[in-house]
Amino acid sequence: MHRVPAMAPGNYGMPVTLIATEALTKRYPNGVTALSDLTVDVPPGVIGLVGANGAGKSTLIKILLGLLPPTSGRVSVLGMDPTAEPEQVRARVGYMPEHDCLPPDLAAAEFVTHMARMSGLPRAAARERASETLRHVGLYEERYRAIGGYSTGMKQRVKLAQALVHDPDLLLLDEPTNGLDPAGRDAMLNLIDRIGSEFGISLVVCSHLLGEVERICDTLVAIDGGKLLRAANISAMTKASDVLAIEVTEGGDALAARLSARGLDVRADGRDLLVPLAGDETYDVVLAAIAELDLPLHRLDQRRHHVSDLFRDTAGEPAHVG
Amino acid sequence: MSVEKQPSGVIHDIGYQRYTGARLGRSYATRSLYIHSLRTALGLGRGPKAKIFPWLAEGILLLVAAIVTAIRAQGGEAVLSYSEFAGQLSFLLILFCAATAPELVSRDLRSGVLPLYFSRPIRRSDYAFGKLAGMATATWLLLAVPQTLMFIGGVFSVSGVSAVWDETIEYGQGLLASALFALLFGAISILIASLAGRRAVTAALIVVAFLVTTPIYAVIQEVGSGPVKQLAGLINPVTLVLITNAWLTGDDLEGLGGNYGAIYALSTLIAILVCVLLLLLRYRKVAR
Repeated sequence: MHRVPAMAPGNYGMPVTLIATEALTKRYPNGVTALSDLTVDVPPGVIGLVGANGAGKSTLIKILLGLLPPTSGRVSVLGMDPTAEPEQVRARVGYMPEHDCLPPDLAAAEFVTHMARMSGLPRAAARERASETLRHVGLYEERYRAIGGYSTGMKQRVKLAQALVHDPDLLLLDEPTNGLDPAGRDAMLNLIDRIGSEFGISLVVCSHLLGEVERICDTLVAIDGGKLLRAANISAMTKASDVLAIEVTEGGDALAARLSARGLDVRADGRDLLVPLAGDETYDVVLAAIAELDLPLHRLDQRRHHVSDLFRDTAGEPAHVG
Repeated sequence: MSVEKQPSGVIHDIGYQRYTGARLGRSYATRSLYIHSLRTALGLGRGPKAKIFPWLAEGILLLVAAIVTAIRAQGGEAVLSYSEFAGQLSFLLILFCAATAPELVSRDLRSGVLPLYFSRPIRRSDYAFGKLAGMATATWLLLAVPQTLMFIGGVFSVSGVSAVWDETIEYGQGLLASALFALLFGAISILIASLAGRRAVTAALIVVAFLVTTPIYAVIQEVGSGPVKQLAGLINPVTLVLITNAWLTGDDLEGLGGNYGAIYALSTLIAILVCVLLLLLRYRKVAR
């Protein structure tokens, strides 16, 4: 049982368990097993759900929304069972699909208002919340223009706004940065980060890019081939594993050998050498070794351990779980 | 010259506010979808382009109703009864369905908006019913508004309480006839429109579905005889509802449905049910 300790970062005012699955299995009629014996228990916060395409992320989301019945096993979302009361779950959950899902000929304000009413908000509240939400995602002046004329970044914001408009307790975002340029990616990730920290709404962010979600997540769940690879609290995972990155312009191999001789676990990462940071004495050892070898030190900095390193043993590609 | 110090538009960000108001359930959401569909069908809340067709169609129907009312006021002769009104203008009705149903459901398929509906507190069947009800209501209104105009004119051209009462009954029968047209035409066109995302394609398919049997019907009327001739109307949606309405209002079925009026009525009912059933099946499966 993979239970992530509830280190509830922020006040989400919700049950300690956000999503819990128990031996969750989904087999499609064509024989494909999309999820296999998945047991995970995550607390409120920002959850990164990583896995390659076809790992089972979308199937898991559909089950969480009560759109797909699991073949076996149990699932609970916000303390409710999506197989037994799907409408109640969906009233409290917001979903942003991966693909295009916007009618081009409607204005964003009208579309988001309509979606708010579809979630059960009365007419006046729906209109008010729609313009509020569009303002929060950074669309305000443009909201009376037809969506068809929007840029990809603006469309992503409308997709996020329609998921957020009914003030859900949980947001499910499927590849929210898909198709965005680097600047748009950063803006979207910052927005997601704000939703989690300032708005107090829990999020599940699906991505096949680990490097992207690790920036903003409290909890990381990695699945592969429908099986749980690892689920852990990010700060707990990385706390004990900070590393010191050393970059010397020459003599890297000699330095690596010298450091290994001093009992440090040296690993090469591109042009950098990485050693586990135990404390100030690690700095002393490293600096002494560089001085003894008389090497030109280019850079020396403490680095937060990348989550990809944590999956290195279980997954092949460091930045691409799967 | 004085430099005016204008307060620069400071926006006070009051931050994100949690929503604490009412959350209405599934039936409210379905009703909202119905209202939205009805408005879409009538071109309300959308650009001027979307209004052209529904308002043009309604304009033509109102014009016909006005002319019929005027003739009646002049000569006292009703050239078109309330229940005949819908049947005589069925071609316009078919065009309206072909233009509107794809707008209501093909567009949702094409733009991929369905997952957003299905991730809300409604069921797939609620979506199908909401759309169908919106379509049928729009079609019914298209007929009922001109019929009401005819009724208002009619009431003023008859005299006596019993005559007004007769007029009211005929008007009611006319509204019922329009409802049958609206239900069957709406169900057929929404079902066909739900099959594909391309609006032009589904619009063409809808016209074909309504008209493909017309020549066959005409040929049978020409060469057929007896029961074959009298039952030929079953193969065409227009004649199906037309004869059902004639039977319901007790009109002369001579040469049309003969003694088979009840069969026509039953077939209309079955046709509507089958379309609704197929529509529900369609939305159980549709992925996007």
